[in-house]
Order: sequence, then C-alpha cells, then structure tokens
Amino acid sequence: MSILDQPPSSSQLSSSSMAGGGMTRRQAWGLFWLLAAALVAWLVFAVWPDWLNAILISKKAFVSAILNGITLAGLYFLVASGFTLIFGLMRNVNLAHGSLYLLGAYIGYEVANRTGYWLLGVASGFIVLAAVGVVMQIFVFRRLEGDDLRQTLVSIGISIVAADLMLAVWAGGTYQIAVPEWLDGALTLPVITAVRSNGASVFLTYPLYRLVVLAAAIVIGVGLWLMLNKTRVGMMIRAGVDDRAMLSASGVNVHAVFAIVFAVGAGLAGFAGVVGGSALSVAPGEDVRYLLASLVVVIVGGMGSISGAAIGALLIGLAEQIGLVYFPTYGIVLTFVIMVVALAVRPRGIMGKAR
Amino acid sequence: MSLTLAAQDAAPQQTWLEKLGPGHIILAVALVLYPLVASDFFLTQIGGYSLIFGMLALSLMMLAGYGGMVSLAQITVAGIAAYAIAILGNNNSNVLGFGWPWWLAAPFAVLAAAVASALIGWISVRTEGIYTIMITLAIATATYYFAQQNYAIFNGHSGYAGIHAPSFWGVNWRDPKAFYYLCLGFAVLSYAAILYGARSTFGLTLQAIRDNPRRMRALGYDVTAHKVFAWFLAGIIAGLAGVLLVWFNGRVSPGTIGVDVAIDVLIIAVIGGLQHPIGPFLGALVVVLMQTFAIDIVGAERFNTLIGLVFLVIVFVSPDGILGLWGRIKPYLAQESLRSGP
Repeated sequence: MSILDQPPSSSQLSSSSMAGGGMTRRQAWGLFWLLAAALVAWLVFAVWPDWLNAILISKKAFVSAILNGITLAGLYFLVASGFTLIFGLMRNVNLAHGSLYLLGAYIGYEVANRTGYWLLGVASGFIVLAAVGVVMQIFVFRRLEGDDLRQTLVSIGISIVAADLMLAVWAGGTYQIAVPEWLDGALTLPVITAVRSNGASVFLTYPLYRLVVLAAAIVIGVGLWLMLNKTRVGMMIRAGVDDRAMLSASGVNVHAVFAIVFAVGAGLAGFAGVVGGSALSVAPGEDVRYLLASLVVVIVGGMGSISGAAIGALLIGLAEQIGLVYFPTYGIVLTFVIMVVALAVRPRGIMGKAR
Repeated sequence: MSLTLAAQDAAPQQTWLEKLGPGHIILAVALVLYPLVASDFFLTQIGGYSLIFGMLALSLMMLAGYGGMVSLAQITVAGIAAYAIAILGNNNSNVLGFGWPWWLAAPFAVLAAAVASALIGWISVRTEGIYTIMITLAIATATYYFAQQNYAIFNGHSGYAGIHAPSFWGVNWRDPKAFYYLCLGFAVLSYAAILYGARSTFGLTLQAIRDNPRRMRALGYDVTAHKVFAWFLAGIIAGLAGVLLVWFNGRVSPGTIGVDVAIDVLIIAVIGGLQHPIGPFLGALVVVLMQTFAIDIVGAERFNTLIGLVFLVIVFVSPDGILGLWGRIKPYLAQESLRSGP
C-alpha cells in the first residue's frame, strides 16, 4: 500500500515545488481578485480617513463617479451589444448605429409625450427601430453582401441623410423624455459618505432611475446570453459567427437569421435611445457620441462578443466618469489610452477571437 | 547583349513632354490660366478649396488605393498641422502663440502632422481591413471631443483665430491669385509625388502588401514598417493641406476637424475614385461645387441630404466613383462608330 501511495504524493510534491511559493497561478489570481474585491468593498462602505479624502476629493465624489460610470456602462452596453452582434455575424460595420439610437430617442419622446405612457414610448422605440433595422438589412445591406467596405460606406451615407432629416423634423433643440413618477426620485443607499460632528452619519443618495437603467441593462445582457446560448436561433447565430457558409450549407435560411439579428441589434439601439434620452437628453450630435462609444467599446471588448461588449462598456463608462471628476478636460484621453493599450496587448480586443 | 541594349535605348526615346501625355498638359495649361477668367470667389472658394480638400482626399486615396487602409482620420492629421501653426506662430486668441516665423512653423507643423499620422497608422495597422476604418473613426471623434473640451492646448470650443498667411517676396500669399497658385503648386507637387511614388520600389511593395500581406511577410518584408511609413507619407500631404487650410481660413476650431468633415473627406475620395490620384481632385471639385450651389437647389438647410444621397447612389452604382464611371463609358463610346447601323 505504501508503495502504491508513493507516486501521487511525489507528483504532488514536485508540482507544488514547481509552482514556487506553494500556490498555483490560478490560486494567485484568485487571491488577487479577492484582495481587490475587499479593497473595493472597504472603499465603498468604510468611512474614509482624511488623507484619502484629500487625495480623492471626497468619498461622495468618488462613489458617485463609480456609480455614474457603472450606470453609463449599462447604457453603453445596450447600444454596443447590438453593434457587436451585427458585426460579429454579418461582418457589417454599421456606422449608422448612432443614428438608430437617436431616432429611437426621438420616437420614444414623441410617443411618450403624446400618449403620456413612458413604457409605451420605450416599447415603440424598440419595435419601430427593429422594423427599420429589418428594412435596412433587406433593402440595403443584402444587396452588398460580402463587400464590407461598400457596406460601411453605405452606412455612412445613411447616417448623413438620417442626421439631416432628423434635424429637419425635430430641429436643433434639446428634448428630455419625462420619466414616470414611480421611477423618479432618489434612493438612499447604505453607504456612509461622511460623519457629522454630532455623530450622525450622512448616507449617499442616488437617482433611482439610473439604477433601473443599470438593472435593465443587466437583465437584457443576461437575456441576450440566454438567447445566444440556450435557444435554437441563438445556436444558428453563433454558428453563423463562426462559419457563415457552413451554416447556409446545412439548410438554414441565413437571410432570416440576419434579419433577426439586425432587428434585435437595431431595436436595442432604439431601446437604449429612449432609456438614455430619459436619463440624459436628446439632441443632434448624440448620434456621433454613441457611435463613438459603441466603436470604442467594441474595439476594446472584441468584435462580435457580447461579454466583450459588457467588459468594454464597463471600462469605458468608468473611465469617462472618473475622468470627468478627476481630470475634467483630459477625460477623453483616458478613454483613448484604454483603447490604445487594449489594441497593443490584444489587437482583436479583450474577448475577440482571431479569424 | 548590345542588341538588347540598343533596343532598350530606342524604346524610351520619348521627351519628357511626351511622357507627360496630352491630358496632363491640357489640364496644367487650363489650371494655370484659370485665374484669368475666374472671379476672386471662384479662385478661392472653389479653386483653392477644391485643391486643399483634393490634397486631403489624395492622402486618403494613397492609403486606401495603394495600401488598402481606409482612414477617416486624415482631417485630424491636417488639424494637427493647423493647430500647430496657430500655437507655434501668431494668433490673437491670447492663448499660447510662440510667434515663430512662418518658415520655421510651417515645416514643424507638417512634421508634427506626419508623426501623428504615423502614430495613428501604428495603432491601426495592428488590425486589418474593416477594423482600420473603425479605429481611425474612433481616433478622429475622440480628437474632436478632446479639442472641444481642452482649453490649455486647443483653446476649447472657440479654437484659435487671427492666423495670417505669410507675406514674402513682396507677395501677400492670402491674396486670391497668389493663394490659388500656392495651392496649385502644392497640389501638383503631391499629385506628381504620388504618381511617381506608386511606381517606385516602395510604392510597388506597398501595393503588393495590400494584395497579399502574408506572402510579403514570408518573402521577408517588414509589413508593419512599410504600412507605417505609408501613413507617414500620407501625413505629410495631409499636413500640407492643413497648413494651407489654416492660412486660408485664418482660424482653426474643433469644427474644422469635426466628424462631418472627416466623413466629407472620405466622401470626396470615394466619389472621385480610389484608382488614380486624379480622382480625389475630381471628387473635391464635385463636392465643393455641390456644397456651394446645392443651396440654390434644395435650400441651405437640406444640402447634407443631397450630398448623402449622391454619395449613396455613387456607392451603389459605381464603386470606383466618377473615374470608374468614366472607365465604363469610355469603351462604350469607342464602339459607338461600330454600332451605328447604315
């Protein structure tokens, strides 16, 4: 028995001695993340000492920036997930994606304003833009299939015409979609920002609506993941991302799959338009802003990957808001640096696959 | 041996005039004589402006046509040169302005633009194909927002004003005629450089890399270095255009390097055609004429719709732009005499 026992124990010895300090690489990473999580938890929940307040302006500013960053990331994810889905399947860089966002916002504004139901506005933003997406796919992009440069050029042309026509209809003013009462107001979070001299703690308050946006983004992200990984259509989409010709050869109507993906992607852009237009505002020029956001998110996260879009959105949203607080006029440089570093380390993006 | 040598000597018995070809000579004469018939408005707003944007589109055509890299950041590169002129030279915005003489500021501005272009190239050549257009668009947009937000370097939303074109040799180079000839000189110079460079060793290597990067890498060529150098060269042309642009406008602001302008440059190059360096100038003339006179047709408000629609039609009908259209009509016209019945 003792002889039989020996080989495993010796191999264990050698493996542990190979890893050096008695810890595998995986364990080291686990420890690192655990420490990082503990640090973040401490930063969020503890009352800060003065020296930390002095470095990071104030705890309120810091935690608000983080929360703003995460909620903005939710919005960016909604816009960018459609962009990355369309790109991954059709190799189609739809540079009119920002225009879809803005059109959705305007339509949501009109519907919510006329009917008085905000939810109806959100729904119409999704449905109308999904229809627009299908029309674009069938009448424009299908004709140029396999020629990605021309598809991109056409989408640029569409975005120019769309921006000009939207300017004609809705003029240059700024609109704000009214949030319903049950979503309005602020929520007090169990986070102490400071302690008054009389010993009472000051808790952080945060707009309820922004947290709802974040929750919606998470729900939709999980829903997309489930759709892609657990349904038949999702299986077809994933197969199409990997090898379109093979999917077509195995008897699947590829054009129907393309139309579905385009509808979902454009619809999500429209949905994000209404949701974002309620949190922020709707104005000409927002199309370029969200196009830039989706471009950077997708470049950083990796084209065609939903989880990559989530990671990219989180990075860019946080960078933008933290930059806004700590180095106001250089904030965009931070975004830019993230993009360059991501490209330098992983040219295909963090979750991107080599093709 | 001597026979083949003799044959080789006999073949290129062309004078440089013949080599130039009748098309180029007619065009050159027409362009030189243009100021005799044109008003000041047509000289600068149409002539000078077309030549400047033609140069910008030419730098894009060089990258896209010979290198296979479609860039949307050419106006950003030109904008860096323009801002450099404003910052190094004189401006009346009371921000920076080191007061360098023009003969020092202008070469520095062009060099800065070329280096910036090489950097953009270095970032974007890590990926290939359609990714380039996305990365350069992201860079152009980010630079635009940065210029708008930053007051220390870019003087924010208002940018720099009061930048003067130089005066030397007794000529104020901002005068319509002088400025037109200045633009024409640089445009011809860049055009000739591209035409010559396309057949040089470097130009041929670049085109080979465009067609098959893997094979060129296997043959021992440094693909990345060639591409980045192409970006550097394109940056020189775009930088020259940027210097001319800021001398022409007398001011530079984030609007100068906006996303719409970046897309305009791409539209010019695509409408003109990416196959031959004359295409960008042709496209610039068409777009500038359209921008100037579309106001009379569809009103000042909607001319972007018109330009967008023309662009869409061109992309759908003729992927090679006006030059491609001409390439298709030419054989048809040549057969006309054969086709006509008795």
